[in-house]
Amino acid sequence: MRRSVRIKDHWSEQRLFIGRILFAALAATALLLVVGGRLFVLQVLKHDYYVDLSQGNRVRLEPLPPDRGLMYDRHGTVIAENTPAYTLELTPEQVADVPDTLKRLAAIGLLEPEQVPALDRLIRSGRKFEAVPLRLSLTDTDIATFAVRQFDFPGVEIQTRLARWYPYGDAGVHALGYVAAISEDDLKHIDRDQYAGSLLIGKIGLEGTYEPELHGNAGYRQVLVNAQGRRVDRLGGGTVKLETRPPRAGNDLFLGLDMRVQKVAEEALAGRRGAVVAIEPDTGDVIALVSVPTFDPNKFTRGISVREYAALRDDLDRPLFDRALRGAYPPGSTVKPLMALAGLQYGVIDPNAAHFCRGYFTLPGSSRQYHDWKKEGHGMVDMRKAIQTSCDVYFYSLADVLGIDRIHDALTKLGLGKATGIDVGGELPGLVPSSEWKQLKYKQAWFPGETVSVGIGQGYLLVTPLQLAHAAAILAGHGKNFRPRLVTAVRDATTGVVRKLPPLAEPMIELKDEHSWDIVVEGMERVTEAGGTASAIAHGASYKIAAKTGTAQVFSLGANEKYVAKNVAERLRDHALFIAFAPADNPKLAVAVLVENGGHGGSAAGPVARRVFDAFLLGKYDAAPAAVLKTD
Amino acid sequence: MLYDEGEYSTTRRTLTASAVLLRRLHLDGPLLAALAAVAAFGLFVLYSATGENFAQWLRQVEYLVLALATLVALAQVPPAWLRRVSPLLYALGIVLLVVVAVHGTVGKGAQRWLTVGPVRFQPSEIMKLAVPMMCAWYLHERPLPPSLRDVLVLLVIVAVPAALIAKQPDLGTALLVASAGILVLFLAGMSAVVIVAGVAALGAAVPVAWHFMHDYQRNRVLTFLDPSQDPLGAGYHSIQSQIAIGSGGVFGKGWMNGSQAQLEFLPERSTDFIFAVIGEELGLLGQLLLIGLYLTVIGRALYLASETQDTYGRLVCGSLALTFFVYAFVNSGMVSGILPVVGVPLPLVSYGGTAMVTLLASFGVLMSLNRHRKLVGA
Repeated sequence: MRRSVRIKDHWSEQRLFIGRILFAALAATALLLVVGGRLFVLQVLKHDYYVDLSQGNRVRLEPLPPDRGLMYDRHGTVIAENTPAYTLELTPEQVADVPDTLKRLAAIGLLEPEQVPALDRLIRSGRKFEAVPLRLSLTDTDIATFAVRQFDFPGVEIQTRLARWYPYGDAGVHALGYVAAISEDDLKHIDRDQYAGSLLIGKIGLEGTYEPELHGNAGYRQVLVNAQGRRVDRLGGGTVKLETRPPRAGNDLFLGLDMRVQKVAEEALAGRRGAVVAIEPDTGDVIALVSVPTFDPNKFTRGISVREYAALRDDLDRPLFDRALRGAYPPGSTVKPLMALAGLQYGVIDPNAAHFCRGYFTLPGSSRQYHDWKKEGHGMVDMRKAIQTSCDVYFYSLADVLGIDRIHDALTKLGLGKATGIDVGGELPGLVPSSEWKQLKYKQAWFPGETVSVGIGQGYLLVTPLQLAHAAAILAGHGKNFRPRLVTAVRDATTGVVRKLPPLAEPMIELKDEHSWDIVVEGMERVTEAGGTASAIAHGASYKIAAKTGTAQVFSLGANEKYVAKNVAERLRDHALFIAFAPADNPKLAVAVLVENGGHGGSAAGPVARRVFDAFLLGKYDAAPAAVLKTD
Repeated sequence: MLYDEGEYSTTRRTLTASAVLLRRLHLDGPLLAALAAVAAFGLFVLYSATGENFAQWLRQVEYLVLALATLVALAQVPPAWLRRVSPLLYALGIVLLVVVAVHGTVGKGAQRWLTVGPVRFQPSEIMKLAVPMMCAWYLHERPLPPSLRDVLVLLVIVAVPAALIAKQPDLGTALLVASAGILVLFLAGMSAVVIVAGVAALGAAVPVAWHFMHDYQRNRVLTFLDPSQDPLGAGYHSIQSQIAIGSGGVFGKGWMNGSQAQLEFLPERSTDFIFAVIGEELGLLGQLLLIGLYLTVIGRALYLASETQDTYGRLVCGSLALTFFVYAFVNSGMVSGILPVVGVPLPLVSYGGTAMVTLLASFGVLMSLNRHRKLVGA
């Protein structure tokens, strides 16, 4: 450097300093103005954007699940209601390690270890912020167990919810169905917004079919939450307007079902496997829809355990199986009145002409003997007597004359072989064979011998108890045809207005000769008279019952073997069937009864029908004295 | 005509008496008033920002009283004495920083604290005063503007404590300490060429610095560049504070009515991010009012610095005044999203005793240097 020694020059130093100070002051002002500009951008230009963000930050929608609609029977008795229950619920976004939490809950006995994988999957498929029920109904012990360990389980809470309750327990379960926890599968086909906050969904029966009616619409409530997602009631010194949209409760259903008659029918079948369907012929209203054994639907609504469910599922008596709608059985002799109608309709038989029954029937040109149930034969029988005594030979012959395709057309007209269209899902159509059907199904021609079997309700012919009851109602009404239904009215939850549903009238079944109905009904009336196959069940009855018994083979016997009940294993014994309506001159109720492996229709199924009539027509709900048995 | 003396000058006499008291105590009235206004505004906001935590608020009042006492006490110290202890204070600070590095108490993931008996303090705070004092001491008898050699020596004087503090890690304090030292250089008239070269060198040093940075520091830089990359992690602070400010609008949601702040969406609401609470609850106007108060403080302090008679005093005063600006700018800049998140409090508003005492202590030093006027020019 040129100047090795510099002298301090105070004046120039001060000038320099003041220059720098001024520069710094300007720079500081400029930089703070930049900050001010940024604030202007945030608070004025992008204000609306940030207001939205802050709203989303602090206001969360909390779903308000609707109350499920109730169900009433025809007398206004509540048969499905909602009662408070304690549930254990997990909110996924508040739980760090879901599988671990579930495992630890299982370790303290609040969950079954078997449930853990399914619950884990369910939690994964749901929304992060929606609580998932782990247990639907906690006992006091469970609540205590959890309460002392709650701090170990962040994100898991006990909630009070309304749970479905069926006060009659297992009565009518196949008609009512049940609700249960929403499954992974259900989540795929429901509107999740409508089910936000709902724990249960109708699975089968009316609960399933009328789900849209019963469920209602979810509402919501805006709640203030803090950064941890916890609800807070107060915000600083001010008050904030929060919106609430109340849920719309589900509609109430009024059923034509008579719970007392239902109970009577179930008791009458107690210990057996079978079904009872009772229909009001004037409306199609189902008065009783029974399938036994039954099970307690409350187990499902309260959270059925894996073991309990497995026990029900694997039970040999198949309690979960709805025999009334889904059980397809050969109708046996109960089809005979319908065959008689077909014969009259097609004019192939004179009802008053007597035919000789020698105990068996053979087709022309064949030596194969089709046996009558009565080995020695019925002697001379006309149509009425053939129905009264259930003469097989008469109907073998009639069927042969009619041919399978005319039989098919007639039975189909009377409602067999197709779903009745009852307002509860899951119904099976049964089967009315035809030559066309056989060609399609087996690529084979129809054999006349097969027609003979169909004549007495055997062979390929399959019906459900519901179809039998429906057919009985058509007979009772001389062709009046109503689609069977359970729900007769719906009450709108918001307006309280009850909307009555008119009976679902199908086209009347017209016969060439109206008198044909009378002939067949007379035959059925004689069934419960002396000499009829069900004379015992009319004992002491103050009204007249028109009926037909039936016994359907489960097990084929060799050509000349004799069926001896006690020699056949219980599950291979014949099914007992029975159709009836009463009072015969002014029918108020038509009934079909099926007792699986019950043996004879008159003795096993008939008394059940009698008790149903006594209950519905006379109000006699206590057990009738055991009827004297008589064979088919 | 006689004056009615009784009615005339009660106010004037009070003012005169106050002025006399202030002069005796070597205090500057306007600066003190501006500081008091900022502090009062700060206490008003803090009550809301703590979520009405009265105990915490009262502690802040105690800190304020303690800090004011420190200010008044330091203002009494003769400037010459301050100048003479500068190298000692600096040396003590370095020693303590080394002790902290070896023996310090770990708090919030960083080793910043030194516990001596019942007292727990951060030696890095000493450096906020010691570094500018040391730099000014080094320069005060040398001809200005400083030679290149002097600049290099001073850079070392600044870099050693700054590096020790940055390593704790406490990036915010390191930044404040370094800027206090460099501001002395700037005020001493370091040539513009050197400044430009320095800035260029800093730019070149970024990759090197990156290498030495802690992960959390790297994350902060990355997050600053794009907060939405990690909205629930490192970017959360930045996003939430911008939501708070933006949703406040011009007039704000009202004191104690800021949902972001009151519902704790805004993290560090009473400390580093309190500026966002002001923006949310008091709006743009509230924030501009505070910025205006800060400008008043800075302007008055710079004016006092320009009036200071000796080189040492001028440099220290100017540096402290501008450091106060750095506090305000870095904090408001980071909260409003134009600067990366660095742990620098909003001066005299953020909750915390250390910063409060350090800041008012620096103004005590400033007043001491300015108000002990020599009757005869130097």
